Amino acid sequence: MDLENPRAEPDNFVIRFANVNGSGSASSNALIARCIFRMGHTIGAKNMFPSNIQGFPTWYEIRVSSQGYTARRGGVDLMVAMNGQTILKDAEDLEKGGVLIYDSTRPIAERLRRQDVLWLDLPLTELARRHFPDSRQRTLLQNMICTGVLCRLLRLDETLLRELISGQYRSKSALLPVNIKAFELGCRYAAEHFKCLPFYVTSSGSGERLGEDAPLLMNGNTAMALGALFAGATVCGWYPITPSTSLIDAFSDFCQRYRTDHDSGEKKYAIIQAEDEIAAIGMVLGASWMGARAFTATSGPGISLMCEFLGYGYYAEIPAVIFNIQRCGPSTGMPTRNQQADLLICAYASHGDSKHIMIFPAGPDECFEFARKAFDWAERYQTPVFVMSDLDAGMNDAISPPLKAASFAPDRGKVLGMQELEQLQGPFLRYADPDGDGIPYRTLPGVHQKGSYFTRGSGHDRAGRYTEDGALYQENMRRIAAKFKTAARELPEPLFPLSHESASSVIISYGSGSEAVKEAIDLLKADGIYLNHMRIRAFPFSARVRDFCLTQDRCLVLDLNRDGQMACLLRNEFPELAPLLIPLCLWDGLPVQAEQLVRDIRTLMPGAL
Amino acid sequence: MLSIEKPKIASVLQRKNELGLSPEDYGGAPSTLCGGCGHDSVTAAIISACFELSIPPENVAKMSGIGCSSKTPAYFLRGAHAFNAVHGRMPSVTTGACAANRDMYYLAVSGDGDTASIGLGQFIHALRRRLNMLYLIENNGIYGLTKGQFSALADAGSRNKQGGMNPFTGIDPVRLAMTLGASFVARGFSGDKEQLIPLIKAGLLHKGFALIDVLSPCVSFNNHADSSRSYDYIRKHEREVNSQVSEDFVPSREEIFLLPEEQKKALRTACLHDGSSVRMRAYPESCYEPDDKQAAFRFLDDCQKEGSIPTGLIYKEAETEDFHDMCGTSQTALRDLPMDGLIPSPETLRHINQQFR
Repeated sequence: MDLENPRAEPDNFVIRFANVNGSGSASSNALIARCIFRMGHTIGAKNMFPSNIQGFPTWYEIRVSSQGYTARRGGVDLMVAMNGQTILKDAEDLEKGGVLIYDSTRPIAERLRRQDVLWLDLPLTELARRHFPDSRQRTLLQNMICTGVLCRLLRLDETLLRELISGQYRSKSALLPVNIKAFELGCRYAAEHFKCLPFYVTSSGSGERLGEDAPLLMNGNTAMALGALFAGATVCGWYPITPSTSLIDAFSDFCQRYRTDHDSGEKKYAIIQAEDEIAAIGMVLGASWMGARAFTATSGPGISLMCEFLGYGYYAEIPAVIFNIQRCGPSTGMPTRNQQADLLICAYASHGDSKHIMIFPAGPDECFEFARKAFDWAERYQTPVFVMSDLDAGMNDAISPPLKAASFAPDRGKVLGMQELEQLQGPFLRYADPDGDGIPYRTLPGVHQKGSYFTRGSGHDRAGRYTEDGALYQENMRRIAAKFKTAARELPEPLFPLSHESASSVIISYGSGSEAVKEAIDLLKADGIYLNHMRIRAFPFSARVRDFCLTQDRCLVLDLNRDGQMACLLRNEFPELAPLLIPLCLWDGLPVQAEQLVRDIRTLMPGAL
Repeated sequence: MLSIEKPKIASVLQRKNELGLSPEDYGGAPSTLCGGCGHDSVTAAIISACFELSIPPENVAKMSGIGCSSKTPAYFLRGAHAFNAVHGRMPSVTTGACAANRDMYYLAVSGDGDTASIGLGQFIHALRRRLNMLYLIENNGIYGLTKGQFSALADAGSRNKQGGMNPFTGIDPVRLAMTLGASFVARGFSGDKEQLIPLIKAGLLHKGFALIDVLSPCVSFNNHADSSRSYDYIRKHEREVNSQVSEDFVPSREEIFLLPEEQKKALRTACLHDGSSVRMRAYPESCYEPDDKQAAFRFLDDCQKEGSIPTGLIYKEAETEDFHDMCGTSQTALRDLPMDGLIPSPETLRHINQQFR
């Protein structure tokens, strides 16, 4: 039988691991990903896991691409099928001519096997049983045997992989020898029983990646935690919720390392696990009002709970940074699946007329930069700022340029200090607009009696006094609207990663949805179809978003939600764009596959293609 | 009927304190509450307490939620910042503010709904965290701003103005606080300023969570004959412990100022963490050491059996840890730490980058 898979070639293929969750597979799968990355190749790694602690199917996919694509491609070339329950279904996902490696301790009958793929029998359980007496360790060690097998099959750099394994067990070094033994066992078994695959990882990548300008492999949650650290944030109120929890864990780790006085043990931070998300945002507002930089991280259900306070923050004009690591809704939804489905609730959260700033980073470097700057924007505009990430961007490792910044100097916005208050003529007007940009001056408690005012969510005049006077109420609300116009002019502009002179239509994307767009555009270009690409990075939108759209015949808006929420926001804010906008929705909860995106674009634009 | 501007509460007093400030300097906007409202007496007591302690007004953060009681921070300490939060969520805002700046006096005024219904969860968690704050409940047993519905603090069997009976168990914030981490627990009566002012002073200076449950009759909706929160009822059923004692008669719809002096009785001194002390007076028959929690609970049980209302300093922990002690936070307020000490160097970032290769 001739088993040819033309799609897979050296340095260009897709591996998918099918595992049982809670079996320790995630860390050994990540080792493979990091090894290929360190060998100088571009990879994308996606963990597709269940909302469960132990016993459910889970998948991990590594994309290796010599063209620099990091999104999921579509299809699988090598299936590491270690979950007996899903193996037949997993086999179906393979490309014709693909390779499946499975635990043959429990053999699959020949008649059940898909015939157009190569089955590699690896008696994994049996090997582990024979070589490792400790039954509790065996399951975990099976993962490491498998890593050894893949090292040989894919021609990975064995020395490097050993080094990475050692690094993983640095803090529990007693476990290292047995893991190395399992790894070697796997290498040996593969050498004796399998031929190398026709697709593998060459050592001719861009070399060992350790220089100062070399890229990183980092997830967005870690990058955002670093952003908060480098913004000087000191107070964090939070409530555990997937997929945002790891952001707080990372912040906590960094604070222990970089914000703890090593002599006194004093902490220059306070991370408070709240009783719920309402309290979490309350803590953030209280701390920001007091003059600290404060933030929370949450996901959709948390945002729903925070709404009343968000309206308060909008109206009383208190800075707050909210990292929203979106997941699949509505309600509890699919908690470990990905969507960008909180745009509408965040844009206008809370009752009454309200509006909020949203920032859409893409990639770890921008997650870092925007997380850091979110504190500047929150203080500059004195309002809650959402940094809109999602499960895919937040939890999956991605390749990124090194994190850096031209300056770490924070912009604390308009705050009157002791001396300014001392010299103040007349009463302090908390909600006035002396600069004509809609942004008032604020004061911090405990500084000077002259700066005191009554912070309230009820109707107030320029001095913060209670009012039910319609004209005074409107004056204040109009000023806040003007403040958001100022913000729209100053927040990050859209980017145009790809444009082509023959193109008259654009794909609009934001956040993690953007990852697959370049590949999709390249694939369509091969068919003579040209598209521009605009990536939106902030709401309220810059006028450039509208102006560019008006130059296009069609604007395909890529949304990872059912209802086309970004398209909806664009229509709402710029009604004149309505006839141009075509929602392009991918919302099954898994990271976007470039090939799926191509199929959907073809369907939506039959006339053009 | 015309809407009226009320006279300023403390304007009759012209004394000066150590800061050279007069009681008037601790005042605020004119009250907009009903004439005779118990809350105005609490406001006056807060003004006196802060004046007598010579606390710089700007060093106080006035925290409140929603309801009649929560409006009162506008009526005292105009030189202090106030945060009038959403309903029931003042404790979380205070938690954040307190985390950011440990150097302020957090003076929180709260009501029935904020404390025991919509805000019960946040109240409990603020207790658990031992926030360094004074939490005053202006307890009138009802929702005043929405015209007299029973609150969760209303006693079972109590009747409302229309004669309807509250069938449900009332939450006792004093017992709740003693169980969950408050290190200073007292009950006062808005009609008894001589007792209330020392309690507020002690509560403000106390390190850790101080709760004062102030019974504060609502003259508009809960001051009728068969209410257990009327001036008459409280006066008749009050049983004091560890407090300055005085008796007075408070007619409804009349603001309460000075109370008549009473004959001297045995004085008890409660020491506070900063070395100051507040002299308390106790009835001999209800005398126990305030740091004896079991005795305090026995006293509460006795009062419950005989149908009396315990007031005064009911419990005070001897040695106490507050939120910042438990968290190990820096002695310098977090918000006062200079940014260049908080933001790691570019060199550190390069080092961090290296860990992700």
